[in-house]
Amino acid sequence: MRIGLFGFLFVMWALIIAGGGILVTVLGPFSISGYGDFDLLTSILKAIIAIILVIVWILVLSKLKNWIFKKEIKS
Amino acid sequence: MTELIIPAIISCIIAFFTVYFITPPLIKFLQKRNLAVKDVNKKDHTMVVRPGGPSIIAGIIASEIVLYYFFQLNEILAIMITSFIAFVIGYTDDRKVMGGWFKPVALVIASLPIILLGTYDSNLAFPLFGAVKIPILYFGLIVFMIPITGNTINSIDVLNGVASGFMVIASFSLSIALFILQNYEMAIISLPLGFVSLAFYKYHKIPSKIFPGDSGALTLGAMYGAIAIVGHVEIIAAVALLPAIINSFLFLSSMKRIVEHRQIKGKPVDHTEDFRLQATSDKTAPITLVRLILAAGPLSEKQVGFAIFKLAIFSGILAVITAFMMRVPI
Repeated sequence: MRIGLFGFLFVMWALIIAGGGILVTVLGPFSISGYGDFDLLTSILKAIIAIILVIVWILVLSKLKNWIFKKEIKS
Repeated sequence: MTELIIPAIISCIIAFFTVYFITPPLIKFLQKRNLAVKDVNKKDHTMVVRPGGPSIIAGIIASEIVLYYFFQLNEILAIMITSFIAFVIGYTDDRKVMGGWFKPVALVIASLPIILLGTYDSNLAFPLFGAVKIPILYFGLIVFMIPITGNTINSIDVLNGVASGFMVIASFSLSIALFILQNYEMAIISLPLGFVSLAFYKYHKIPSKIFPGDSGALTLGAMYGAIAIVGHVEIIAAVALLPAIINSFLFLSSMKRIVEHRQIKGKPVDHTEDFRLQATSDKTAPITLVRLILAAGPLSEKQVGFAIFKLAIFSGILAVITAFMMRVPI
């Protein structure tokens, strides 16, 4: 039972690290030029993409949660 | 280094002993006023007083005032004011039952001191890969961080000693991470949270003499969130808090809405004849961390509490590993 939960925690952690990697390496350098110094549009776009990544993170965890919970009940 | 060690020792002693000495008279005061609730996980009709929030906030304020005397940092003020606003919100909910949306929305106000005092850095640091600057995203993170951490700790406060014990493990993990990152002042500022939780755990552990209530749980959670932002360790803080985040995640994904525990009709957990806890098969009940732990079979309240602490220690270790990874960029 607990192995499943520890595994779930570990996957959550790994997804956080991987998500951070995507944010920093892909999203970080991304910019749209010509919209002033603050570059509000770039920031908004980055924020939207980051939120989408978080939603994907939640969906993956949701699937994983269902899989673990069903497995725990069966065992 | 002495200029750091002395304030650290004094503030930790004050944090611990303020809660240690204030809680017993608070228990007597609450007993006299009959401010007690039934402990649903006990066979006999045990009544436990609440809220323990006043002693927790007293420990936090007293220790952080001492630290402010030594360091005079706006970061300390931000943490203190944020924690105090969260306490007031929680205390309001303790005294008068509010709707499910009250705490998350009201806790947004608690994040304002961090913004107004400018005690944040909009670079979001990740392990291995470095930092990314997304000002709008970071602003949203500040606004949502305090409601999330506050309610997350509140939602795990379901068994004797779990919220305070969990907070001891998570906050000390965060302090260790701050030391690893050589952010010594913030590490010292964060230490009182662990000592306040530890002192409160003495009275909250099974069998509880006092419950923290919303005021206690929200104060602990909000202070934790404030330290995460002000100390620029948001990701590490999230990792250390993962078991509690799982609990909130399971709850929300099964209920599909924000709802107070008392408004839920289905019971996720009930009792065996010998009063051990067991998971129900009620489909209308939320899936919670406790229910998931009990899926393999009944356990005593103490066993479930220790299972949660083991998960907290595991994520605390992951948080410390994450801190080391912060120092080794690819």
